[in-house]
Amino acid sequence: MTTTALRRELEIISPTRQIVMGVLFLAAGFVIWFYFSRSLEPETVTKFGMTPGGYKATISDLILPSQQTLNVLAALCGFIGAVQVMRKGGFRKRTNGMLGLVSGFLIFAFLIWAAAGRSLNLAGLLNTTLSKAVPLTLGAMSGILCERAGVVNIAIEGMMLMGAMIGALVGSITGNLWIGLLSAVLSGGLLGWVHGVLSIKYRTNQIISGTAINIFATGLTSYVSAKFMQTHQELNNPGIFRGWEIPGLSQIPFLGPILFNNNMFVYAMFLFLIALQFGLFYTRWGLRHRAVGEHPRAADTLGINVFRTRYIAVILGGLMAGFAGGYFTLGSVGRFDEVMTAGRGFISLAAMIFGNWLPFGAFGAGLLFGFADSLASKLAILGLRIPSQFLLMAPYLATMVVLAGVIGRGQMPAADGVPYEKEG
Amino acid sequence: MNKETQPPAEEASKSNKKKNPAQVFQEELVNEITGNQNGEKGDASRSFGRRLARSLAVPILAIITGLIIGGLFIVLTSAEFYAAWTQSPLEGLRAGWNILTTAYSALFTGAIGDPARIGAALSSGNAEDVRKAFYPFFESLVAATPYIFGGLAVALGFRAGLFNIGAEGQIFIGAIFAAYVGYSVTGLPTFLHMPLAFLAGALGGGLWGFIPGWLKARTGAHEVINTIMLNYIAFRLSDWLLTGPMKRPGSANPVSPTIEDSAKLFRFFGDPIRFHLGFFVALLMAWLVWWFLFKTRWGFDLRAVGLNPHAARYAGMMVSFTMILAMSLSGALAGMAGANEVLGVNHNLAMAFSSGYGFDSIALALLGNSHPVGVVLSALLFGALRNGATNMQLKANIPIDIISIFQALILVFIATPAIIRTLYRLKPPEEGEEGLVVASWGGN
Repeated sequence: MTTTALRRELEIISPTRQIVMGVLFLAAGFVIWFYFSRSLEPETVTKFGMTPGGYKATISDLILPSQQTLNVLAALCGFIGAVQVMRKGGFRKRTNGMLGLVSGFLIFAFLIWAAAGRSLNLAGLLNTTLSKAVPLTLGAMSGILCERAGVVNIAIEGMMLMGAMIGALVGSITGNLWIGLLSAVLSGGLLGWVHGVLSIKYRTNQIISGTAINIFATGLTSYVSAKFMQTHQELNNPGIFRGWEIPGLSQIPFLGPILFNNNMFVYAMFLFLIALQFGLFYTRWGLRHRAVGEHPRAADTLGINVFRTRYIAVILGGLMAGFAGGYFTLGSVGRFDEVMTAGRGFISLAAMIFGNWLPFGAFGAGLLFGFADSLASKLAILGLRIPSQFLLMAPYLATMVVLAGVIGRGQMPAADGVPYEKEG
Repeated sequence: MNKETQPPAEEASKSNKKKNPAQVFQEELVNEITGNQNGEKGDASRSFGRRLARSLAVPILAIITGLIIGGLFIVLTSAEFYAAWTQSPLEGLRAGWNILTTAYSALFTGAIGDPARIGAALSSGNAEDVRKAFYPFFESLVAATPYIFGGLAVALGFRAGLFNIGAEGQIFIGAIFAAYVGYSVTGLPTFLHMPLAFLAGALGGGLWGFIPGWLKARTGAHEVINTIMLNYIAFRLSDWLLTGPMKRPGSANPVSPTIEDSAKLFRFFGDPIRFHLGFFVALLMAWLVWWFLFKTRWGFDLRAVGLNPHAARYAGMMVSFTMILAMSLSGALAGMAGANEVLGVNHNLAMAFSSGYGFDSIALALLGNSHPVGVVLSALLFGALRNGATNMQLKANIPIDIISIFQALILVFIATPAIIRTLYRLKPPEEGEEGLVVASWGGN
C-alpha cells in the first residue's frame, strides 16, 4: 500500500507531466477558439433539449448563444492551462480532476459547435450514453475483479457472448426473465471457473487461456444460434426487462428522467459499482484480494490462500461478465444474434485500463466510450462530415494514448498475469 | 526447489562467478537457445525417432481429443440422438454413432475429396470432372495459405517473446493496401504489378505491427492491449474506407473495385479450382522465416530477446530494435495473409472478409510450437478443417462454427499439456524437454 501511495505521489509531481498537461489544456482552449468559435456567425444559437424523448417536458430547452459560450469555454480552458504551466507543480493532485473538466469543456464545446443553428436533444444523448455505458462498465468490473487478484482476463468478450446466448435461450424456454438472467450469470461464472482452472491450477498462459475461451464462446454461441435459435424463433424470444421509473426521483428536472427511469441493469450496475469500490478498498476481503494481485508471495507468507483468492476472483469476474452479457439480450435487444457483442468485451478491457483498474474510473471511461458510441449515431442527424467510424475508433485510440503514458501511466497490479507457484 | 539439488546448484553458481559474468550470460544463453532447437544437442542415447514421437505425442493427442470432444458435442446437440435415446439407449448409441460418422466423413470428403468420385473422374478422363473431384483437396490448400502466413506471424512474435494478438487487424490493413495497389495502379505488366501489390500488403501489415512494437520498446506499453486496440481500429478503418473512399462506384454493397488482372495471383488450374501462387509464396516465407530465425544473427538476437530480454541486453544486443523488428516482421507476414486473400481468392476487398484467420493463427502457431515447419503442418490441418466444415454444414447440417470449438479445444490442450498427460497417462516431461515457445504476459 505504502509503495503504491508513494508511486502515485511521485507520479503526480513529475514536472514533465505537469507541463504536458498544461500544454494539453492550452491546446484544448485553442481548438475551441480556433476551430469551433471562429467558424460560427455571431448570432447563431444552439438549442439543447433537456428532456429525453417520450417525456413530458418539465424544463424548458437550454438556448445558448453559440459563439459567446464557446469563447467562454475557450477562455476557461486557457486559464486552467496557463495556471498549470505557470504555477510550480501545477494543480498537483487536482490535475486529473482538471483533465476531466477540460475534457468535459471540450466535448461540450464540440456539441455546441456541431448543433449550432439546430437543436440537439442533450438529455436523450446522455440517456443513450448511460445505457451504452452499462455493458462496458460491467465488463470492465469483471476485468477489475480478475486483474486486481493478478489474473489477466481478455476473455470478457467470450463470457459476455455466452451470457447473452444462454440468457436468451433459457429465458425463452422457461419464459421467465429472472431464470434466464440467472443462467446467463452462471454461464459466465462457469467460463470464469474454466479460466481459473487453466490459469491458476495448470498455470497455462493467461492470454492463451483467454483467447481459447473467446474462440470457444464465439463458436459455441454461433453454433447453437445457427442450429436452433434461427430455425426455432420461439427459442429466441425472451422479452426484455422493462424500464422501472423510481417514483419521486424521476421527477427531478433534467437528471431525473436520465438516471431514474431505466431498467434493472442500470440500477444493478450502480449497486455493483459502489459495492466493488467499497469492497476493494475498505474491507479486509478487498485488501487480501489486492494483496494477491500485487505481491502474491508476501500475501502467501501472511497466510492468505493465494489460489483460493484468485479462484474466487475469476469466478466473480465471470459472473459479472455473464451479467453484462445478459444485458445485451435481456436488457436491450430482446433476442440473440451471432457475435452480437461486437467487440464490446474488448472495449470493456480498454475501459478498465483507461479507468486505471478502479471501479469508478472504469465507469467514467465507460461513460466516455458510451458517449462516443451514442454520438456516432447522431452525427448523421447533425449533418456533420465526420465519418462515424472515427468516433467509434476513439475509445481504442484513447486507450493506446493512456497506455503509452502520454498523460500519466496507469497503475496496473504488479503481479498481473504472472502465475503463482508455491515454493515446495 | 528440492533440497538435495540445492548445494550443487550453488557450487555451480560459485564457479560461474570466477568467469566474466558477461561471458557466462552469453554461454547460458547459447545453451538455452540451442537446447530449444529440435534435437540438435539433446540426449545422444535417445534415438531420433523416440524423441520425435515424444515431441509429437502431445500435439497429436490434443488434436484427437479435440475431435472426440467436438464429436460428443455434435451428437449431444442432435435431435435425432435424443429421439432414438427415448426408444432405447442402444438405439441412442447407434444413432449417435451414425451422426458422428456422417459428420466426420463429410468433414473428410470436404477436406480431401471423395475417393470414389476421384476414381470415377480419373477413369472417365473428363478434365472438368477431374478438376471437380480434386476441388476439395485444392480448396483446403487455398484455405491453408492465409493460415500459414498468419501462423508464421504469430510464431515470429512468440520467438521474440511478444504476443501478437493483432494479426487480424494486420490482415485487414494488408488487404486494404494490397487491394488499393491492385485496383488503382493500371497498365503495369503482371510480373511488376503482382509483386508490388503483394508487397504493399506486407508493408501495410508491417506498419500495423510496427506501431505496437515501437510503443512497447519506447514506452513499455503492453503489446497485447495495443494490438487488440489496433485490431478494432483496423476494422473501423476498413468500414470507413469501404463505405467511403474505396467503395466500388455504383455499387450498393460495401466492396472495393475489382483488382486489375495484372495484380491477380496466378492460378494453376481451370475453374472451379482456385489453387494459386500464394501457397508457394507462403511456403517460401516459411523457409525464409526458418532461415532468418535459425541462421542469421538478427534471428539469433530475436530468439535471445524472447528467452530473456535482460540477459540479451546484458550481452550487448539491441533489445528495443529487435522488438520493433520482430513486431514489424510479424505484422508484415500477417499483412501478406490479407494480400494473399485479396489478390489470390477474392479479387476485391469486402467487409469482414477475414473471419477470424488472425485469431486462429494464435492456436496454430502454438500447435506448431512456433517453428515454421510446425506452423505449415498445423496450417494445412486447420485449412483442411475449415474447408471440410463447409461440406459438413451442407451434408450433415452442422453449423460451420463447430471448427471454432475444435480449435479452442486444441488450443487449450496444446497450451496445457498437463491435461493431455493426465488423460492418457503419459510420462511427465524430462528436464529441458518441455518448452512451448510462447510469450508471457509479464513474467520477464
